[in-house]
Amino acid sequence: MSRGTAIDLCYLVAFIGFILALMGLSSPRRARDGNIVGAVGMLIAIGATFARPGLGHLALILVAMAIGVAIGVPAARLVKMTAMPQMVAIFNGVGGGAAALVSITEFISLDTKLLATYKVLEVLFGVLVGCVSFSGSAIAFAKLQELMTGRPITYPAQQVINAVVGVAVLALALTVLVTSSTPLLWVLLILALVLGVIFVLPIGGADVPVLISLLNSFTGLAVAASGFTLDSNVLIVAGTLVGASGILLTRMMSKAMGRSLPNILFSAFGSVVTATGTAGVEGRSVRTSTPEDIGVLMAYARKVVIVPGYGLAVAQAQHVAKELADELTERGVEVFYAIHPVAGRMPGHMNVLLAEAHVPYDELKEMDEANPQMATADVALVVGANDTVNPAAITTPGSPIYGMPIIHADAAEHVVFLKRSMRPGFAGIDNELLYDPKTVLLFGDAKDTLQKLVAAVGAA
Amino acid sequence: MTNGILEYLTVFVLAVFVGFEVISKVPSILHTPLMSGSNAIHGVILVGAMVVLGSAHTGAEEALGFVAVVLATLNVVGGFVVTDRMLEMFKAKPGEQRGGTAAASRGPSGDGAATTDTGDGAR
Repeated sequence: MSRGTAIDLCYLVAFIGFILALMGLSSPRRARDGNIVGAVGMLIAIGATFARPGLGHLALILVAMAIGVAIGVPAARLVKMTAMPQMVAIFNGVGGGAAALVSITEFISLDTKLLATYKVLEVLFGVLVGCVSFSGSAIAFAKLQELMTGRPITYPAQQVINAVVGVAVLALALTVLVTSSTPLLWVLLILALVLGVIFVLPIGGADVPVLISLLNSFTGLAVAASGFTLDSNVLIVAGTLVGASGILLTRMMSKAMGRSLPNILFSAFGSVVTATGTAGVEGRSVRTSTPEDIGVLMAYARKVVIVPGYGLAVAQAQHVAKELADELTERGVEVFYAIHPVAGRMPGHMNVLLAEAHVPYDELKEMDEANPQMATADVALVVGANDTVNPAAITTPGSPIYGMPIIHADAAEHVVFLKRSMRPGFAGIDNELLYDPKTVLLFGDAKDTLQKLVAAVGAA
Repeated sequence: MTNGILEYLTVFVLAVFVGFEVISKVPSILHTPLMSGSNAIHGVILVGAMVVLGSAHTGAEEALGFVAVVLATLNVVGGFVVTDRMLEMFKAKPGEQRGGTAAASRGPSGDGAATTDTGDGAR
């Protein structure tokens, strides 16, 4: 068996590993093993690549890898669980950037005059999609890290500017396709970066997770394109796997939010709907209360349901929420958490956060399990959630969230909202439940308020 | 050459179907880890980056290839470590029910050991 065959066999083993990894990650029981199988597959692929005949610059490769590991491992290990989504965004972005660089470097090294048209097409695709993924992920990171506003960013003539950049990219791509010009390819690279930025700017914070999933899929496709350019099956298979599964995952995620993908990507949603949403509610009053009163209310309740949302994640209040639950449980109050599938910043994010705070698993109830029990709850404590308990999803057919499954907090005897302000949730629409006579609001940072509640329950 | 591209296209099309098939039944609580896990898998671009840097002839190619390897390594290492840390949290489930020893092992030290493990694997 020649060395080339042996290396190809290693690649075959590697992509079996990748497929098994994706299969494993789809089931809660085998998810962690799946990830390890994927990592082993990757190790085999990288090891086999070192054995390639004629691979030069070994020292440079090792130095570059060492730098990557030195930055990547601490960054990934030290990041707080609440900051995971933006970490995924940034690691996705660098992957897209790498794919674009691989494509363009290979293009430079080839004799472009003799290049077949489809080869140039592959390079173009890799550079374009990789760059969009890179700059798009960077903006998504900035939005989630709150380096910039999470609200959709709109500006005058946005559609026109987007269209002009889009057409320019297309025209330039066609020109490069015909002329195989390297300088023009660089211009295209920069324009593609711009395209990634303006593509992501109008997308609101709540939709960014879906966007990251889409960009993840883009990076996969860029990697596959690089694979075509380099004649590498392992890149084609792994990239395509991620590209295809990523698109499906993106659709599933937007479906869990009750939204369609084009709606998420192109509607600059929040800004428009906020206007119509708040118009009808001028001058309506809500009932507020003090942590002391609510503490007493909960201390003498039989059943309290905590409905955590994005606000709890932002305030990093999961540990205090657990303290409150413990305090209540000690007093004989039955407590559980009702978890909406898209609570937090990403689907499943809330489960991760609460697990980190060592909330016992049997106290976490998925929406379908929690909803039948809501009617028997004395208090529904909504911590930093809004859209996921908004009855408009059921009652108002015209509402942007109509059809999204919700947690029926409105079925509980008392509803307590912990909110920072009256600002609507991410969907940018008003919540009728806030004005319900049985609803009480506690304004302030979720963590502070929860701490006061813990003290109040203890004193009751 | 024409045959080459057809072979690759065949592989591509089959991979599309496999990609759709493998995640068709994923529960929503695993959407985030699955996204992160597939994010790590496209880090395989590292193989491409190594090949490009390994066959670089000019200074420009070396520089581009070098940056590509750094970025791709970040993608691989970061992707697998982040995913493992997320799934570490999920592992609490069976531990909780079995009680005692399993629950004790999911402290901060268990987390650290696990991530180091994957870091080595990715290298």
